Amino acid sequence: MSERIIIRGGRIIDPANGVDVVGNVVIEDGRVVSAGGSATGAGREIDARGLIVAPGFVDLHAHLRDPGLEYKEDIESGTRAAARGGFTTVCAMPNTEPPMDNRSIVEYVLREAAARASVRVLPIGAVSKGRAGKELAELGDLAAAGCVGFSDDGAPVAETTLMRRALEYASIFGLPVIDHCEDKSLAQDAVMHEGWVSTRLGLRAAPAAAEIAAVARDVALAEAAGAHVHIAHVSTRGAIDEIRRARARGVRVTAEVTPHHLTLTDEVVAFGCAGGDELLYDTNAKVNPPLRSQDDVDACVEALADGTVDCIATDHAPHAVIEKLCEFDEAAFGISGLETAFGLCMRLVHQNKISLETLIERMTIGPVRALGLDRQVPGIGTLAPGAPADIVLLDPAAEWVVEPERFASKGKNTPLAGVTLKGRVVATIAAGRIVHDETGVAVA
Amino acid sequence: MTTMRPPEARAADIPAPLAAPAAADGAWRRRHLLDLDDFTVDELDLVMRTADTMKEVLQREVPRVPALRGTTIVTLFYENSTRTRSSFELAGKVLGADVINVAAASSSVTKGESLVDTVKTLQAVGADVLVMRHSRSGAPYLAARTVECSVVNAGDGLHAHPTQGLLDLYTMRASLGDVRGKRVVIVGDILHSRVARSNLWSLTTLGAEVVLCAPPTLLPAGLGRGLEGKLPPVRVETDLDRAVEGADVVMALRMQLERMHGGFVPGAREYSRLYQVNAARLARAKPNALVMHPGPMNEGVEISHEVAHGLQSHVEEQVQNGVAVRMAVLWLITRNSTRQARAATKGAL
Repeated sequence: MSERIIIRGGRIIDPANGVDVVGNVVIEDGRVVSAGGSATGAGREIDARGLIVAPGFVDLHAHLRDPGLEYKEDIESGTRAAARGGFTTVCAMPNTEPPMDNRSIVEYVLREAAARASVRVLPIGAVSKGRAGKELAELGDLAAAGCVGFSDDGAPVAETTLMRRALEYASIFGLPVIDHCEDKSLAQDAVMHEGWVSTRLGLRAAPAAAEIAAVARDVALAEAAGAHVHIAHVSTRGAIDEIRRARARGVRVTAEVTPHHLTLTDEVVAFGCAGGDELLYDTNAKVNPPLRSQDDVDACVEALADGTVDCIATDHAPHAVIEKLCEFDEAAFGISGLETAFGLCMRLVHQNKISLETLIERMTIGPVRALGLDRQVPGIGTLAPGAPADIVLLDPAAEWVVEPERFASKGKNTPLAGVTLKGRVVATIAAGRIVHDETGVAVA
Repeated sequence: MTTMRPPEARAADIPAPLAAPAAADGAWRRRHLLDLDDFTVDELDLVMRTADTMKEVLQREVPRVPALRGTTIVTLFYENSTRTRSSFELAGKVLGADVINVAAASSSVTKGESLVDTVKTLQAVGADVLVMRHSRSGAPYLAARTVECSVVNAGDGLHAHPTQGLLDLYTMRASLGDVRGKRVVIVGDILHSRVARSNLWSLTTLGAEVVLCAPPTLLPAGLGRGLEGKLPPVRVETDLDRAVEGADVVMALRMQLERMHGGFVPGAREYSRLYQVNAARLARAKPNALVMHPGPMNEGVEISHEVAHGLQSHVEEQVQNGVAVRMAVLWLITRNSTRQARAATKGAL
């Protein structure tokens, strides 16, 4: 913790402070001392010439599966995956076993994280007891224990009245409800997005309207309650239009989008990322919300670029091999996303759809502001003096091949296996500690 | 380059007509039959001509040829089926293959064995061809990726039923000759129909004009929306009277009772009023238009009794042709089986 590190000669991008300069970052005692200034004195030297130096990424949406589902992931493996992906903060979703719907589970997670985590873990509490969608969980107690938001993610809050009360009640603590928007009656038995691909594959599908209707409902509830709703993993043009209109009239709605919804379409389910003619029924592309049409992907990218969507969140959803090596209908939903997030999103930069600065903003201060995380962790997502020394070193031009078997995550479930990504996380420093070093850049 | 002539050692066993369908070189390169979506005109034509030969075999006094002697066919059915399973079994036996029937309900599936393990086990005990029926779309694709032996899709979920598509085509060609330019109307629950999905591909590949007729609640997304290249080009009608106008073929699909209660339509009474293939509607089609149905029929619901058993009905012929077409498929598919690979697998045990 007390080590002094000098990161020399990198291009420092700190969107929160409008910084984009070539220079040095000095950290000491787990905090940023300076970014962009001169660097003298002793300390471990890291040569960052030719690299980007940015605040560590913040993921508002990760399933660490701990407690109870450690065969899929645990706090140690999940946060190691985060570190490899450049994330220095991950928000842990509460669909654990038992669910994180009470203080004792939150305390367990924070205790495990303190002992074993590579990066910071911020817990998200359940909205309802047992995530059953019937009664409110003890949101006050969860907030007091350190939760940064509430969500029944994985399942929507189906009952409209409960959602209304959750929004109203959560506002006492100034915390958002993180909303998995899906009209389950419209998405009954669905395993993918409804469109020509689902027709081709003969798979039961959910229309985009299942998400749009839920977003419209919850935006209306948040507006009436004057409460903050954060739309998780938005994936449709229609839902984005709802969010854009709501923001324009001052509703407190924020939103996140996943790397896969920014880059992959439902065609990946049929043909894989390589895109042949052969039908694959790729269970690794089975995810909820499902991969959508190209038009939806375009809308997500536009919304990320113009700020309608605040941030990128991975929805990292690791699963065991056997949960994906089965019939498509039987396969679990989810993509193991922490370790591919940056490389995949860099596609948007290389295609000139967004700038590198915007991408970094949407992965650092963007998510921090969306959830107000700087109230819990002052300076998070920035390189301001005194901020936590959460730093990522990036090589935007380095190409690498996704090899799931080399993931730190226990979840090898990604449709990107074998795909070449351009843009790599070179090293990650969390609270002043080097937690990932891909190329030996930090080896003295 | 593949030739259709069987290996010399076996040629002597095979009655001359069976070696006959001499394909255009390279027309058949498949090890699996999963769907008709990627079939070429030549491939469809080859199956039809091979089925002609098989039909001749079936008409013999002793309908047996040893063409597939020494070949083990396993039918693995995760769903009940009378006609498809028995049709495959008979097809295999006529060709001299050993046929083992595995009903998934009586296998270790009920003990929670995965599909992958089940098909690996069946391959290990010596299956050369797995004929598979499964309630989940895409399951045969997973099987085909898992094993070295051939996989024949005998119906997967809502996705495909390629041998039904082939026998429907065979039945149409027997009466109509070439289907190019012919109008084929498929009416009923398209959404849940693997039969319709497979038929769409083969018929449109051969240039038939396909009209789908169903309430919008029973139509899958995107069809008839000009997504050529992604989905087969079809016309969609919601009015059956208009749809059958000038039809050469009217194919009714089974309307399952649970759909009636699933909110897709108000009920059997209204459904039959709007979408039943009956004599009055059939009169709007071409004279002698073929009436077809993949079975089993709900007479009085999607098809009237008189039409189902009337002069224009080809329903029984479909079933008869099913055996010949499946013989053709089994014979063709085993031309390209990788014996060495299977021998290696067996040797490893």
